[in-house]
Amino acid sequence: MKINKREIEHVAMLARLKLDDEELTQFTTQIGDILSYVEKLNELDTTKVEPTSHVFDLKNVFRNDVVGSSLSREKVLSNAPEGTGKYYKVPKIIEQ
Amino acid sequence: MKYEPVIGLEVHAQLTTDSKIFCGCSTRFAAEPNTQTCPVCAGMPGALPVMNKKALEYTIKTGLAMNCRISPFSRFARKNYFYPDLPKGYQISQYELPICIDGHIEIVVDEDVKRIGITRIHMEEDAGKNIHEGASGYSLVDLNRACVPLMEIVSEPDIRTPADAALYMKKLRTILRYLGVCDGNMEQGSLRCDANISIRPIGETAFGTRTELKNINSFRFVERAIDYEIARQTRVLEEGGHVVQETRLWDSAAGRTYSMRSKEEAHDYRYFPDPDLVPMVVDDAWVEEIRSSLVELPDVRRERFVNLYKLPEDDADMLTSDRMLADWFEDVVKAGAEPKAASNWVMGELMRLLNEENLSLEDCPLKPGQLAAMLKLMNDDVISGKIAKTVFEEMYRTGKSPDVIVKEKGLVQISDSSELEKIIKKLLDDSPKEVERYLAGETKLIGFFVGRVMKDTKGKANPKIVNDLLRKMLRSSF
Repeated sequence: MKINKREIEHVAMLARLKLDDEELTQFTTQIGDILSYVEKLNELDTTKVEPTSHVFDLKNVFRNDVVGSSLSREKVLSNAPEGTGKYYKVPKIIEQ
Repeated sequence: MKYEPVIGLEVHAQLTTDSKIFCGCSTRFAAEPNTQTCPVCAGMPGALPVMNKKALEYTIKTGLAMNCRISPFSRFARKNYFYPDLPKGYQISQYELPICIDGHIEIVVDEDVKRIGITRIHMEEDAGKNIHEGASGYSLVDLNRACVPLMEIVSEPDIRTPADAALYMKKLRTILRYLGVCDGNMEQGSLRCDANISIRPIGETAFGTRTELKNINSFRFVERAIDYEIARQTRVLEEGGHVVQETRLWDSAAGRTYSMRSKEEAHDYRYFPDPDLVPMVVDDAWVEEIRSSLVELPDVRRERFVNLYKLPEDDADMLTSDRMLADWFEDVVKAGAEPKAASNWVMGELMRLLNEENLSLEDCPLKPGQLAAMLKLMNDDVISGKIAKTVFEEMYRTGKSPDVIVKEKGLVQISDSSELEKIIKKLLDDSPKEVERYLAGETKLIGFFVGRVMKDTKGKANPKIVNDLLRKMLRSSF
């Protein structure tokens, strides 16, 4: 087994996913299978290969510091599940 | 048991770019909520961030000013966590390949120079702002600040006292403002500080368990919050307990720190390279180009003020603590003023008048050339030091040149001996008792006579000539 149920529970929690028992078992098997599959890559000798930073051979893509246009507030808030017209509205954040 | 505190600071400094770090939205402070956002900074799927070149150059500049090495190869990483002010569900930051590493700055503590190591300086985007007040049952989010460029400047755990922590913070602010890369405004959150604090028995080399203090937004609070936390940890250890590694929040109103008991599991940010942004490769030529754009930094300038202008250390310290102030002073000197006199007037009268109205030097109505011209009038004995104060205030209020003020108000110093002789003669005639006492040996009465002459001439008499004449005339009336 490449991964156990507890680890799946942990990553599900980090991703804010609620999994029932059946799903937990199912994902543990499936993700374990995926990990076994990609483990084949470990057979490659990569000791002399630089870790890949990006799949494209690109570097230094920049923009100049120029202010462009922003979205209208109406438009940007129209994507929010809830808003007040000025702000996004979210469940109360309890800091302590 | 005696304990020693070990302190490291993480300072977030907002860069003074016009646009955000990965999109073209404005970074203007205090705009109407949610009017400076776009698909990139509002975290909409498919939007593509592109790095602001100036933000990178500003960070490299800061790194150079703080004696860092600039990484030839650097990249962004995603720091994954959920919070309502973080629209993408991750913050774009730097992790294992920050742009600047391994530097230091110096602070002066009681004339001793202490070196504080800089572990790293990395770039990241700011989060939005949560608003809790006035809303029951829900919170409000403003994303204007999301994606505003920040540098995180991480110090080594080299700081040993709360006062040194504040000095370090002030020095950082001074350097950042010299460079013009951050406005250093703590009230508006352009400069924010988290502190890592642990204590250990004196002589021990291993670190104790640390806590992280958040929400320290003034120099005063840096000291007070760390002070409080050291006392708290000492108490915990002395009572036989253990310091728990946790994040604590500084409550400035209550003057204490408290635990942010979070039900979340220990931080598990699952950093990985951000595939939306390509790596940054900075070659020597680019670094040198940025280095050549560096201004003279406060430490060097301070040295120069002491050596070139023969200013006392304290004057040089104070004048170079702010680039604009140092520039102002130097402009006075360049206009021909004697440096120490210029320093006295800048740090004395000028600061007093600005503070009275809560103005910054930026809004100062007075120009350096005016002060230099006034100092020349003093030097040429056209006005006395006492009258100069009046002239100075008048220049400040009206913007007129000192010559005009002196003429208009008839403030020219009376150095004409015959005119002063007349005034003194009348004074001596009117004060027979004082003259008698003076002649009987009560020589400190000279002060009384000088004071009277100054009063009679509304401060315009040349005090040196008055003194000489008085002594001469008193002797001759013997």
